[in-house]
Amino acid sequence: MSSRDVILGRVRQALGAEPAGPPAGPPAAPAAYGTGIDRGYLRRHGERTAEETVELLAENLTDYRAIVHRCWGTGEELADLLMRLLAERGAGSVLVPPELPPHWLAGVDATRVHDRAVSTPGELDRVDSVVTGCAVAVAETGTIVLDGSPDQGRRRITLIPDHHIVVVRAPGQVVSSVPEALGRLDPTRPLTWISGPSATSDIELDRVEGVHGPRVLEVVLCQDSR
Amino acid sequence: MSGTFVGMPAFPKAAHEAVRDTTLRANLKHATHTIRDKRARAVAELDDWAQLREAGKQIKDHTLRHLEHYLVQLEESVTAAGGVVHWARDAAEANRIVTELVRETGESEVVKVKSMATQEIGLNEHLEAEDIRAYETDLAELIVQLGKDRPSHILVPAIHRNRGEIRDIFRREMGSWGRPAPEGLTESPAELAEAARLHLREKFLRAKVGISGANFMVAENGTLVVVESEGNGRMCLTLPETLISVVGIEKIVPTWQDLEVFLQTLPRSSTAERMNPYTSTWTGTTDADGPQAFHLVLIDNGRTDALADEVGRQALRCIRCSACLNVCPVYERAGGHAYGSVYPGPIGAILSPQLRGTASEIDASLPYASSLCGACYEVCPVAIDIPEVLVHLRERVVEGGEATQRGTRVTLQPAKGHAVERAAMRAARWAFTHPAALGAGQRLAARTRRLHPRSLPGPGRAWSATRDLPRFPAESFRDWWQRTNGGKDTAK
Repeated sequence: MSSRDVILGRVRQALGAEPAGPPAGPPAAPAAYGTGIDRGYLRRHGERTAEETVELLAENLTDYRAIVHRCWGTGEELADLLMRLLAERGAGSVLVPPELPPHWLAGVDATRVHDRAVSTPGELDRVDSVVTGCAVAVAETGTIVLDGSPDQGRRRITLIPDHHIVVVRAPGQVVSSVPEALGRLDPTRPLTWISGPSATSDIELDRVEGVHGPRVLEVVLCQDSR
Repeated sequence: MSGTFVGMPAFPKAAHEAVRDTTLRANLKHATHTIRDKRARAVAELDDWAQLREAGKQIKDHTLRHLEHYLVQLEESVTAAGGVVHWARDAAEANRIVTELVRETGESEVVKVKSMATQEIGLNEHLEAEDIRAYETDLAELIVQLGKDRPSHILVPAIHRNRGEIRDIFRREMGSWGRPAPEGLTESPAELAEAARLHLREKFLRAKVGISGANFMVAENGTLVVVESEGNGRMCLTLPETLISVVGIEKIVPTWQDLEVFLQTLPRSSTAERMNPYTSTWTGTTDADGPQAFHLVLIDNGRTDALADEVGRQALRCIRCSACLNVCPVYERAGGHAYGSVYPGPIGAILSPQLRGTASEIDASLPYASSLCGACYEVCPVAIDIPEVLVHLRERVVEGGEATQRGTRVTLQPAKGHAVERAAMRAARWAFTHPAALGAGQRLAARTRRLHPRSLPGPGRAWSATRDLPRFPAESFRDWWQRTNGGKDTAK
């Protein structure tokens, strides 16, 4: 007998005394499952206007040592801001996802590096910064979620460089809570949830920013440009 | 110190030695108090905490009750997403499967994300014996691995080490594992973290095989979830060509939506943060992004035995947040090593004897490694009634009885060394069912108060050495009740 059959047999035997549940036969539909669980918890914590939600996001990002910038002007202002942020870090090269809006980096001098399938992790390690968009941002937890869309690129490009700038379109991409964020995301895509820069508390529970991921996370909250 | 738990002395002996280590006690006290205060503040931010806790409990209970269904569903969805599912009934089988998978890649090095499951099965030791080097990449696990030590906490495995000890370990050991520690390394946490970053980055960049566990597996679409802080998880999950995830069968949640409960309760319960810095989710393989080969090894290793126990089963709800360790007065003093298991603290005291059985001395002693104060139950984000299971397991140790071991129903013999306790319990049961004898005994005891010893003789000496013997009352409650007409005659 295969180990699969052994384990499933043990499970069946272990639950033998249990009342027969719905899962005889094909999988129970999620809807049927959903009704059995008491989901009396909140969809979001507190009522806020869209502006207040964006403010809360900024506050919680800052609390976990991300650097927050606001850019409520025209597209040119965003290009100027990104140029300044990259220059301040002395970025000589910047990783660019395949479909980052070109005008975002219009003013940037740094060498653009495109993530190619053949580029090795070692090559990416030599790039200074990366600029991406995001899929959604969660105000209550100060979290940015990347889903690998073409304006965010593969997971590796936001992992290896030491400096990550994320542009969040507000308020359109900002939700209040974790439940609201999950509802917007596609689980079949590889997702990366980022709440502040890489950190560890393993040494006497002293929080230290920057172990293996980017040590500097800058978030630009910019107006939805539709 | 050996890296294995085999042959550990029973908890009382190990704890007795640990509590005399003043450095250890100071490290532990600082760490557990810091984190428990932070946790309380993080939890207080959510005014629906009780409802989230209840939903988490219900989701896990539902999943366990229908585990066969969800396992099969998970297997189908992982396979459909491009992954390969393997089943391992015990540690040996899981280790064999992982070894073969690594061999097939032609590699002899792997990078690892911190994982309780792979520690439970002793994967690193097994791989080493097969000439495969496994590098732990979580900072605390690195400290433990370099120090040839054992983890002592689920979340912060090196909680028992202070910064000076960590610096010494890095200086002494890093060179023999790869890039040595920088010259003049001090004990500042930032410098120590930087040393780990440099040491590990060269390993991440060349790794072809990554090994992880998972915090959750979503049955409906085959998504795996890893929560972490440092980014080492993202490195191991993203850069290698092959990813092998070793996960206990109890880690399933039915739907994507269920994560909305656990992604709120887990970070706040474990690191006391609103959200951990990084969470990675992946579903099978994705073209050109991340590993192109994904293997999921589902392990039983005693979990179905726990499932068969209607009281003990709730331990399988555990999401490994470690909140129970940080509030436990016993853990705080004895430390994680005394539990002789990769799962220390209150949850370890109920999980290990169920996964491994209660035959060994250490496993038989674990249900007693508690004061039953109930703090662990209060903080548990999935409401595991740890005291209830402890008492249940104590009964099993003392009385023996029916249990399931490796899938087979067996009748356990009472553990040796509990004969006195068993005899006392039997006598008490007899006395309580014979009121006249009980009353006579109590009156006799009351009249001989002056003759009562201050400590117990014989095997009872160990108990009374650290406790005051209760003084016997001059009059039994029953006699007092009768004499005073239930207290009414003396009320004024």
